[in-house]
Amino acid sequence: MMAAGLQALLSHWRRRPGQLATLILGLALATALWSGVQAINAEARASYDRAAAALGETRHAQLLPAVGETLPQERFVALRREGWLVSPVIDGRIEAAGTSVRLIGIDPLSAPGDVAPRGFKGGNGLAAFMLPPGELYTHPDTAPALAAAVGASVIPAAGIAPGTAIGDVGLVQRLLDRPGQLTRLIVLPDQPLGRPGLDQIAPDMTLRTPDQGSDVARLTDSFHLNLAAFGLLSFAVGLFIVHGAIGLAFEQRRPVFRTLRALGLPLSRLIALLVAELLVLASLAAVLGMVLGYGIATALLPDVAATLRGLYGADVAGSLSLRPAWWAAGLGIALAGTTLAAVGALIRVARLPLLAPAQPRAWARGNAGTIRAQAGAAAVLALVSVLAARYGTGLVAGFAMLGALLLATALILPAILSGALALGARLARGALAEWFWADTRQQLPGLSLALMALLLALAANIGVGTMVSSFRLTFTGWLDQRLASELYVTARDEAEAERLRAWLAPRADAVLPIWSVEARVADAPVFLYGVADHPTYRDHWPLLDALPGVWDAVAAGEAILVNEQLALRQGLAPGDGLPLPGGWTPVIAGIYSDYGNPTGQALIGLDRFTALYPDAPRLRYGLRTDDPQALSRALTEEFGLPPENLIDQAAIKAFSLQVFERTFTVTGALNVLTLAIAGFAILTSLLTLARMRQPQLAPVWALGLTRARLARLEVLRALLLAALTLACAVPAGLALAWALLNVINVAAFGWRLPMHLFPLDWLRLGVLSALAAVLAALWPARRLARTPPSELLKVFAHER
Amino acid sequence: MLLDIRNVAKTFAGADAPVLSDVSLALDRGQSLALTGESGSGKSTFLHLAAGLDTPDAGTVAIDGTVLGTLDDAGRARLRRGTVGLVFQQFNLIPSLDAGANIAFQARLAGRHDAAWCAALADRLGLSPHLRKYPEELSGGQQQRVAIARTLAARPALVLADEPTGNLDEATGDAVLTLLLELVAETGAGLLLVTHSTRLADRLEMRRHLSAGRLSQ
Repeated sequence: MMAAGLQALLSHWRRRPGQLATLILGLALATALWSGVQAINAEARASYDRAAAALGETRHAQLLPAVGETLPQERFVALRREGWLVSPVIDGRIEAAGTSVRLIGIDPLSAPGDVAPRGFKGGNGLAAFMLPPGELYTHPDTAPALAAAVGASVIPAAGIAPGTAIGDVGLVQRLLDRPGQLTRLIVLPDQPLGRPGLDQIAPDMTLRTPDQGSDVARLTDSFHLNLAAFGLLSFAVGLFIVHGAIGLAFEQRRPVFRTLRALGLPLSRLIALLVAELLVLASLAAVLGMVLGYGIATALLPDVAATLRGLYGADVAGSLSLRPAWWAAGLGIALAGTTLAAVGALIRVARLPLLAPAQPRAWARGNAGTIRAQAGAAAVLALVSVLAARYGTGLVAGFAMLGALLLATALILPAILSGALALGARLARGALAEWFWADTRQQLPGLSLALMALLLALAANIGVGTMVSSFRLTFTGWLDQRLASELYVTARDEAEAERLRAWLAPRADAVLPIWSVEARVADAPVFLYGVADHPTYRDHWPLLDALPGVWDAVAAGEAILVNEQLALRQGLAPGDGLPLPGGWTPVIAGIYSDYGNPTGQALIGLDRFTALYPDAPRLRYGLRTDDPQALSRALTEEFGLPPENLIDQAAIKAFSLQVFERTFTVTGALNVLTLAIAGFAILTSLLTLARMRQPQLAPVWALGLTRARLARLEVLRALLLAALTLACAVPAGLALAWALLNVINVAAFGWRLPMHLFPLDWLRLGVLSALAAVLAALWPARRLARTPPSELLKVFAHER
Repeated sequence: MLLDIRNVAKTFAGADAPVLSDVSLALDRGQSLALTGESGSGKSTFLHLAAGLDTPDAGTVAIDGTVLGTLDDAGRARLRRGTVGLVFQQFNLIPSLDAGANIAFQARLAGRHDAAWCAALADRLGLSPHLRKYPEELSGGQQQRVAIARTLAARPALVLADEPTGNLDEATGDAVLTLLLELVAETGAGLLLVTHSTRLADRLEMRRHLSAGRLSQ
């Protein structure tokens, strides 16, 4: 019985291969974008985890200097003598064959066992690891470049993050040219009793517990969440296609379902067969989608890796590894998505009356009740969105707000379109125009899913486009303000820095120190900068909020400035106090914008800064001059500085803008792919509707309209619906942009941006969506124009 | 001559035998003719050729002196709009328009819309209370009466009806046919009606029988 039933059900697909292809391709495209983004995120996270694991960050407590990046090796010795079981680590970067490689030095004798690189055997290998020339374990991709740059033996090890190498602490100190210096101490889990407290023997160090995670993972979380949200949006757009294709397949098979039941197949068996059929199709689609997703991820990963390196200094492999968890997740999401899309259709089958007329009704024929129900759901979701915006905090609330807003807009679309088309019909003059509007309104239920998908894609495009363009406009203006110095010079050591200062004093209009230390404030990394009292800052610094006399207070060492992200993260406002390492709690005199920087920052008057942090390196300077090129040449001749130590303003701006553009390359690509999926949704809907439209179009043809004219009207109809959808997408996209700029960006990155409008971009998008709609409509329209009269006559001859 | 069909033949692709062979028929204004035949005898195909919905393989079809074979697609559409009225067995109303708009539709397409005439037709056919209803809200008999009103509203010279009562019960079918014949007679149009029912055919002035693609008396 089951075999016969299955045969009857599957015969539908044999007769409708196009519909089968639509269903599988729709689900495959949805899965592709989702799994592509997941593959990128998984690769990046795996890289962070490997890097963090190499340092023991995720499993062991760490001791870090409260101020500055390094601590003397003697502190390690002193702590061991006091009974603390700690292990030294040095961490830094070198240039190897044009790429930056992170070197991590460990002491295999005192380090916990799980910190040693994978593949490191100990025993006899210990001597080779520790004694000259020493060994460096690194990712296979990094090995060739590193081998060419260092004298040590380089051993490829797959378990190490790309761009990272691990060696003995002494070897790494030598390679980094930091003899006797460490960057952190790993605290072993089992410590002896009776040892003195850290507050007594190491008050200048902070203890970080393992559950706080690595800095890189924390910093990049929001970036990955943004990518994941985009992947989910693409998946949702794809699901609209799947929902439509499943609905159509089920509606067309209603007579078969009824016949099968009348012939004795129980309802439960029928449902089971349909579910099994869907699961098989979804599995096929998932595999296809994941292959596509792998391709997308492979294409996008280099840009993502470059962004993560540029923005966060995080090393991510440039090539993908296939992980079983990724396959399982992709398959799972495809099956879950199909189930979600099919629930409604399965319920309708379960409720199918056995004795009702056995004809397929018009596909997804909507009625006022459905539209009202959708509008009601949209109102509830809009309320959820408003409540999340008003009362929610953090990224999750932000994305809940966005999700509810987009879904509400999609659900209200049929009601808005129906109203607009009814108005059009009322205003229409002439039989043909009236028919056109009324007929378009009648097509709405069959097209609404595809139009909802288009709306989501257009709204996302407008929203993300407005966000990126607003960001770009603000960012470039901000760069002009912030990068006021014409030249930026970095000395190679303190002695050279002193000579530089003396040499530059009579030659530059101003020499502005850019001295900084890395510190931990409220257990997050913060960079503290010393700032000179100079009109360059007073005139240009991009202050968002400040107390009166802000620069005088900073210059006098009475107050500090903090960047927007630090202020938002810690809930700080001008007038508040902020405890800094060194036992000083200054007043915050102002807050400044600091776009593109994921970490907190504070500016301290230079005199106060040097008094508090006398060991801060004094190597970098901004130079004010009327002739930067001449000064640059003179500096090169006098000091022989390498090009990377002498950068002009234009180069920094170009680099910053390059980082910015790469950051949004991925977003742009996902945007285009989502729009392409929506275009595909329209095409498939129009193609499937085209065949069902014959009974509606044939009488109009018979009453005196040519097939060519009917075909032109079909194209016009697609154009009209795309235009109306775009009109709805513009306000939805602007609401999305507002939410991205004022909620998501603030929660994710810590900065709020002004919103700018770009009507020309909407126009371009309008032309693009009109083109997509026309292209999608051309194929079915051409088929209609070429439909032989004998085919149309079947409508009257009851042969269909 | 209003409808002049001479020696037409038609064979569908893949068919063993022609559906129509050397068929000729003439009909003038004010005349009504019933074309009978078994299922598959080619009645509907003949009607479609007469309406210019399809083209014959051989022979000519002329309406009001215009040979359809000399017209392109647009020309035939114009002729259908202005001169021919079609009534189908499945009614084939436009589902997106209400009954009133359906009735006026072809007349407005042809540029001959007469609101008073449409209202009179609706009244005669008992449709006045149902003009704001959509086709799916009407019974089969009501839908066929709307189809008849739509055809006659444009005052066509030639009315072609394909099994107009085939989907209706006998009593309703009889009533609908009576109204159709009365109204066609009033407008002076020629009527060619295809039916397999000899009982209905007897109510028309002339009758021809189609069998195996050939006409007989």
